[in-house]
Amino acid sequence: MSRVSVRKTYKLFIGGAFPRSESGRSYAVSSADGRFLANVAQASRKDARDAVVAARKAFPGWWQRSAYNRGQVLYRVAEMLEDRRAQFIEEVAGVEGLDRDAAGDVVDAAVDRWVWYAGWADKVAQVLGAANPVAGPYFNFSVPEPTGVVAVIAPQDSSLLGFVSVLAPVVVTGGTAVVVASEARPTPAVTLSEVLATSDVPAGVVNVLTGRTAELAPVLAAHRDVDGIDLTGVDPAASGELEAAAADNVKRVLRPPLHAPDWRADPGTRRLAAWLEIKTVWHPVGR
Amino acid sequence: MADSTPATTAQRWDYAPAPESRDIVTLRSSYGLFVDGDFVDPVEGGSFKTVNPASEEVLAEVALATSADVDRAVAAARRAHTDVWGPMPGSERAKYLYRIARVIQERARELAVLETLDNGKPIRESRDVDVPLAAAHFFSYAGWADKLDHAGFGSDPRPLGVAGQVIPWNFPLLMAAWKLAPALAAGNTCVLKPAETTPLTALLLAEILQQVDLPPGVVNIVTGAGDTGAALVAHEGVDKVAFTGSTEVGKQIQRTVAGTRKRLTLELGGKAANVVFDDAPLDQAVEGIVNGIFFNQGHVCCAGSRMLVQESVAEPLLDALKRRLGTLRLGDPLDKNTDIGAINSPEQLAKITELASSGEAEGAERWSPPCTLPERGWWFPPTVFTGVSQSHRIAREEIFGPVLSVLTFRTPEEAVAKANNTPYGLSAGVWTEKGSRILWMAQRLRAGVVWANTYNRFDPASPFGGYRESGFGREGGRHGLEAYLDV
Repeated sequence: MSRVSVRKTYKLFIGGAFPRSESGRSYAVSSADGRFLANVAQASRKDARDAVVAARKAFPGWWQRSAYNRGQVLYRVAEMLEDRRAQFIEEVAGVEGLDRDAAGDVVDAAVDRWVWYAGWADKVAQVLGAANPVAGPYFNFSVPEPTGVVAVIAPQDSSLLGFVSVLAPVVVTGGTAVVVASEARPTPAVTLSEVLATSDVPAGVVNVLTGRTAELAPVLAAHRDVDGIDLTGVDPAASGELEAAAADNVKRVLRPPLHAPDWRADPGTRRLAAWLEIKTVWHPVGR
Repeated sequence: MADSTPATTAQRWDYAPAPESRDIVTLRSSYGLFVDGDFVDPVEGGSFKTVNPASEEVLAEVALATSADVDRAVAAARRAHTDVWGPMPGSERAKYLYRIARVIQERARELAVLETLDNGKPIRESRDVDVPLAAAHFFSYAGWADKLDHAGFGSDPRPLGVAGQVIPWNFPLLMAAWKLAPALAAGNTCVLKPAETTPLTALLLAEILQQVDLPPGVVNIVTGAGDTGAALVAHEGVDKVAFTGSTEVGKQIQRTVAGTRKRLTLELGGKAANVVFDDAPLDQAVEGIVNGIFFNQGHVCCAGSRMLVQESVAEPLLDALKRRLGTLRLGDPLDKNTDIGAINSPEQLAKITELASSGEAEGAERWSPPCTLPERGWWFPPTVFTGVSQSHRIAREEIFGPVLSVLTFRTPEEAVAKANNTPYGLSAGVWTEKGSRILWMAQRLRAGVVWANTYNRFDPASPFGGYRESGFGREGGRHGLEAYLDV
């Protein structure tokens, strides 16, 4: 007789803890071929606000860490991801309907993407910053700084590689994130948050919500303590209303792509730059 | 801070009037719109008056553009982009921009006098700041036009197309240069909407564009008020919107472009802290504080409108500041000795007056130097509020006038917390002799520009723009190109 396995409860990830939704709600997630996979927490508007509070609290400490330290912490995440490779393959195969080889390729690409972004921590300032030759006795320099708290509506299709590709560029430069996972394919993101909880990422730097995109995105778009919002996982037809709400506090907005992105393509620096502000300092020069 | 009179009174010399001659400017009685290389009458034939704020004299009738005119201008810009400016090699575009820079220099005095007439700012500022910086912006961005593939935006970065640009009245020519120069260098064509109270230097710039043979339609200028700007921003033929102005209008524009594929950059309001530490060179700091808030009558989005002074030096600093304010000369903006010019419009004067009254009503102490205001025109004396708390409206809201709110702090941490206690984040100032403290503060101030032992300095190579509700995107330097490239 085969052993009865111990199944996992899929929860939210807020402020370093794994709560159920304060609303007590959950919803069933099925595999691509219609099998029941798990019940996941269905986050409420209150959960989203709690996640923003956690992200704001974590922001100063994470941003003030050295870039080298942030790079190492994120590299550690990649190590933990690699460790759980088999588990991620199973989960990605389940929700995305891929065979094991294809799912393995996706998981490998996600780990590699994370390592790629981790390496940017101490390089982005040299690529996007500058010393500016002004006409006067000043050392004038520009440095990129994190925008702050960024809400991310993760891609609906690519449950792990897409999720990693939108999350990593927010946090590697010192920002903190509230990410809404793919509504129909949330389980790899929940498992990723278990990885984050065990890899030296400070509590609140990454917060992961599972639930209804249509319920959570408007709360985050209108939230006055969110500095930027990535609408990648939003239906382009529904984006206008969210963008208009984002204007209430002049949020930086990344619009949803018109065509499904190829998450395997070279990401470039666009997503890094989207969540950075350029600060220019005029320092006097004199004897 | 109870004693409101300075400890000593500085010597104030009386100077004979030294007005700059306005003969260098030939004002036309009326101005058309600049569309497709020509000055044209507006479709609906409306017009509005632009007025010298220092005398209330009507300077000219200016065409009022409606959405029909915006249509024409956008169509001209599109044709010019498709047929001429888009296909033109960057090295050729560069030479047009160099020409513009040179003609601005050649006609600098004329532009300065016209700017002062239309805006009310002192000729010293229009002559020494606005116009030279406008020329410098064109000159600097000219050199980028043929080097875009080295700018870090990929091997062949493409322009966005037609840019709709809406600019404010505080630096009319300079803001036109900040908008046009990077857009044109990157290969875009433009429809520019100057502010309704200050359209004249943009229209003189249009004459300059004719003199340099800039191809028709590459730059179009539609004059009018908020409705004209709204029509431009909402126009379907516009690929890129750039706006400098109030945070309130900036939010409306962000809502207008929501759900479209238009690209947007915003340079909005501010409530900057100018932080003075106890080791600051006080005389230098006083000059910087004066320049920070009274430059251009305080009509500056990055104005240092909140002075945060370390408690131990608050008294001597305020004494020195009040002495210095007693020597400022308010009056005829064309006079070369004038420090403080006219308030740009009666609407702005009413706004400043209302906010200053709220300062008194909320319990702050108001002080102005003895100061006779001219009988005609719109004026507001340099004003300092002490005993200001963070909750007062004069400490939170952008006044956009010559009104300084003074707050105190004890520790650097408290200075940072107070400086950042605002939804804005455009600029900040730090005054200290300690280099390490300058950089410590610069790291913690959430603002796009930090001036140390100086204030209100601008340079075409220096990126400028805000954090938070002060907007997004940068103007100036390599970073300024990004706003006009498809990256």
